[in-house]
Amino acid sequence: MSDKKKERIDIHEYLAQFDDIPGTRVFTAQRARKGYNLNQFAMSLMKEENRKRFLADESAYLDEWNLTPAAKQAVLDRDYNAMIDEGGNVYFLSKLFSTDGKSFQFAAGSMTGMTQEEYAEMMLKGGRKPDGVRSIKGGY
Amino acid sequence: MARVTTGITTSHIPALGAAIQTGKTGDDYWSPVFEGYQPIRDWIKQPGNMPDVVVLVYNDHASAFDMNIIPTFAIGCAESFKPADEGWGPRPVPDVIGHPDLAWHIAQSLILDDFDMTILNQMDVDHGCTVPLSMIFGEPEEWPCKVIPFPVNVVTYPPPSGRRCFNLGDSIKAAIESFPEDLNVHVWGTGGMSHQLQGPRAGLINKEFDLNFIDQLIKDPETLSKMPHIEYLREAGSEGIELVMWLIMRGALGDKVKDLYTFYHIPASNTALGALILQPEETAGEALEPRKIMSGHSLSAAA
Ligand SMILES: [Fe+2]
Repeated sequence: MSDKKKERIDIHEYLAQFDDIPGTRVFTAQRARKGYNLNQFAMSLMKEENRKRFLADESAYLDEWNLTPAAKQAVLDRDYNAMIDEGGNVYFLSKLFSTDGKSFQFAAGSMTGMTQEEYAEMMLKGGRKPDGVRSIKGGY
Repeated sequence: MARVTTGITTSHIPALGAAIQTGKTGDDYWSPVFEGYQPIRDWIKQPGNMPDVVVLVYNDHASAFDMNIIPTFAIGCAESFKPADEGWGPRPVPDVIGHPDLAWHIAQSLILDDFDMTILNQMDVDHGCTVPLSMIFGEPEEWPCKVIPFPVNVVTYPPPSGRRCFNLGDSIKAAIESFPEDLNVHVWGTGGMSHQLQGPRAGLINKEFDLNFIDQLIKDPETLSKMPHIEYLREAGSEGIELVMWLIMRGALGDKVKDLYTFYHIPASNTALGALILQPEETAGEALEPRKIMSGHSLSAAA
């Protein structure tokens, strides 16, 4: 192995950069591991019989999934930021808000601290500008 | 021999499917979007433009794959694929009919070309695959062509690099061109453009980034392919990373392309939407008239 095959990415630098984006939690392996049961619970809602059972008794259904108390509470509260803190990923969690008859816009809006009306209005006006929310350290 | 005649990019967001399903395509909110797609719908029905097969590059949104299996690059080799139930029942659209002979040929060729593909003989396809078909083909009884679903992981980090995607496109082109049957093949890259669906920064849209991305995709994909993930994340939002899939499409078109049509719109639900028709320069047809359409908030001066 004399010549170097290619430029390698330093995994530690690669991962560390993700913590520098304001208001964003990148779905890294660490989060994926933490959220395994929460995300698998959400996946189970792809079946009509499971949706029915979940809606009939949410707490009992959640007890089948070996969730942390914080993850269980986040689901009961439909607190999507808290679910993401527990390792949830929005595409998995979409099965939960779809079960509730809610849209991606509803779920995304609910995580911003804005009302649904304010969020919809912001999107109509061109969305959130990237200025100042690209980098915490860089402040740009 | 089979030929890659065309690359199309399109959004694949579920809200577009919902707009069709609930008859809202003509309302104030959605009509500019569907008007922007109409030229593509008309174009593809012209003689010579309808593909025999579409290689449809998309990401599965935790539908076919859960946390137990996470393939980076996968290819659907089955005879057919059913629409997935993503929590509100399956989208009421036709089954996707595959092309197993070409799909297996591509899978084998890619593996020989050092891309270690995951081969899927049974899979349901989610909105990432079926919404683009609805946007381009409308609501037919059955889809007018065969489709090879080509899921790419852009959900669990790290997704493949832009570079890797671009090179994969080149290998897909070579694979298609070595298939003995005479087929008109499209490669579609779906998803994007800038959007973020999570956290306090949700709702991010970056018009300047998106328009540059389109420009570079057409003129200098080589340089574009070197953009690191962090830049997508910072500039285009956490879900804007889907744009790496457009580089697979672009890689399959060869060095120089002609942009037949560009449509850009803000907003479609949480996202900025881009839809393009590109063709390899040597075999390109006439550009559409108008060639570029911007609509919604994308028209405003401030980026
Ligand atoms: Fe997507």
